[in-house]
Amino acid sequence: MKTFGGKVLFLNRSDINTDEIIPARYLTEVTKDALGPHMLEDLKLDGFDAQAPAVKSAGVIVTRENFGCGSSREHAPWALEVNGITTVIAQSYARIFRQNMFNCGMLAIELPGADIDELFARCAGAPVDCRVDLDRGTVHFERDGATLLSKSFSLGGFDAALVAAGGWVEYADSRF
Amino acid sequence: MGKTLVEKVFASHLKNEPFTGTKVLSLDVVMCHEITTPIAIADLQWRNKDRVFDASRIKAVIDHVNPPKDTQSAIQSKIMREWAKSHGIRDFFDIGRNGVCHALFPENGFIRPGNTVIMGDSHTCTHGAFGAFAAGVGTTDLEVGILKGVCAFREPKTIRVNLTGKRGSKVFAKDVALEITRRITMGGATDHVIEYRGEAIESMTMEERMTISNMAIECGATSGICMPDETTLDYLWPFIAAEYGNDRAKALSAFRAWWSDDDAEYAKVIDIDLSGLEPLATTGYKPDQVFPLRELGEHRIDQVYIGSCTNGRISDLREAAAVAKGHRLHEGVRGIVAPATTAIWRQAMKEGLLDVLSEAGFMVTNATCGACLGMSNGVLAPGEVCAATTNRNFNGRMGKGGMVHLMSPASAVASGIMGRLTDPRTIQ
Repeated sequence: MKTFGGKVLFLNRSDINTDEIIPARYLTEVTKDALGPHMLEDLKLDGFDAQAPAVKSAGVIVTRENFGCGSSREHAPWALEVNGITTVIAQSYARIFRQNMFNCGMLAIELPGADIDELFARCAGAPVDCRVDLDRGTVHFERDGATLLSKSFSLGGFDAALVAAGGWVEYADSRF
Repeated sequence: MGKTLVEKVFASHLKNEPFTGTKVLSLDVVMCHEITTPIAIADLQWRNKDRVFDASRIKAVIDHVNPPKDTQSAIQSKIMREWAKSHGIRDFFDIGRNGVCHALFPENGFIRPGNTVIMGDSHTCTHGAFGAFAAGVGTTDLEVGILKGVCAFREPKTIRVNLTGKRGSKVFAKDVALEITRRITMGGATDHVIEYRGEAIESMTMEERMTISNMAIECGATSGICMPDETTLDYLWPFIAAEYGNDRAKALSAFRAWWSDDDAEYAKVIDIDLSGLEPLATTGYKPDQVFPLRELGEHRIDQVYIGSCTNGRISDLREAAAVAKGHRLHEGVRGIVAPATTAIWRQAMKEGLLDVLSEAGFMVTNATCGACLGMSNGVLAPGEVCAATTNRNFNGRMGKGGMVHLMSPASAVASGIMGRLTDPRTIQ
């Protein structure tokens, strides 16, 4: 199983598509590592700098609705993963992206809109860490050792099994 | 309680339900292209599981960067070619007989009503036009599909879109697709399929239905589905006549069995009267930002692009040529036409369409996905604007810093003639 949690990157926009996460011009790369430098390169978001240290050191993305819409490219979760981001927390996801995350054994956590609003209101703007407790189904947002906010989430049975197995190939190969 | 078409397909292909709400389906067709498949192949080789579940059910093509533009894309093509050969995949389409997957595979009669289809490509929803459940997936789902012939889905609910009314002049299937996207919105059909019903879809050709089903993903839908009818039958007949002993009635009744029942349950029903619809186009970076072209005249353009899995078929080229005939592209506007497949390219040549478009100033290129996703064949420079018949206007989609306006082929040509976004009804 992968490890989850880390510094939080807040992306305050809905409908962030997979072309923004990893542009198609890099889809001729045949290794996942080669995608790393280009993560979020085309993101349309005021003041966003894809090369900023806060982006490169993040372990968790917190964002709005319909994250990962558009192209089916699994290069999007791979680009996140090679940059150390194995957890995304959003109000909702595009179906293919969400499945790709779990298929890679990564976490696509859904929280209600009110929780996401609260996260942006209380935690964005200054560095914050996210601790993920998979057993309890909780995420904890901490700054300087103090917990700012905790939220509960639930995963579907299948999604949880994929995370535990490390991905869909491992899971499917032992059963079908 | 009756079933929708997609519920019938799920019931008939269900292999396993490992968790409530997660259904593992057996797959009829697994389609592969050179962008998302090579990494699946490499992973299978690394796992020492370089096998395919059924070579006859795998269809493979080189289409996204065709012909290769550099060493890396050439390597992707080479991996596909060698993999297809080593596994005896006969339906592999290389340079000279290839084309954009979602135009090429239907053209070869690979999709049948009631099929389950996956591909590592989001526009796989196109094949729902044949009454199939066809879904785009990522590389890992594709890899498992290749190896085991299965894929897991949350069973989608169905949104029914009733299309009625007669379209006006110069209003095409693309305009209908854009209007549906505007109405449902960008993420409005996530975890749903869209079922297109009503007299207006029944009177459409398969090419028009594919254009509409193709854009279901722009609303987040898993698939865009049409009921398989006589039009579907006519299209598929050369490929299936023998299977049905040349008995059309028998085939039609088999098709009819897939139709959603009258008492099936829908998550939502949307009625759209097409009689008042105008030629439309997108602005901005989201495909649901749709407006009448007559309001968009201030947007100047640098390029026109005609092609893609949405609008690169022969009817699209006829529509484009009809507007272009007797006109020239506006000074400073570049025009690119990429017929979606080799067969379409040849047909367009025989009909003189390529000559008409070339005379109007268009460059006619090879069949490829190319510029639609900014990989090759007409990438924009920062700040440039394209009137395109493609399906996505995302930031940077056709090249970093470029802007794409989505519209029908007729509207794209009209805009090219005027040098700015133009309602095609104004071109004589």
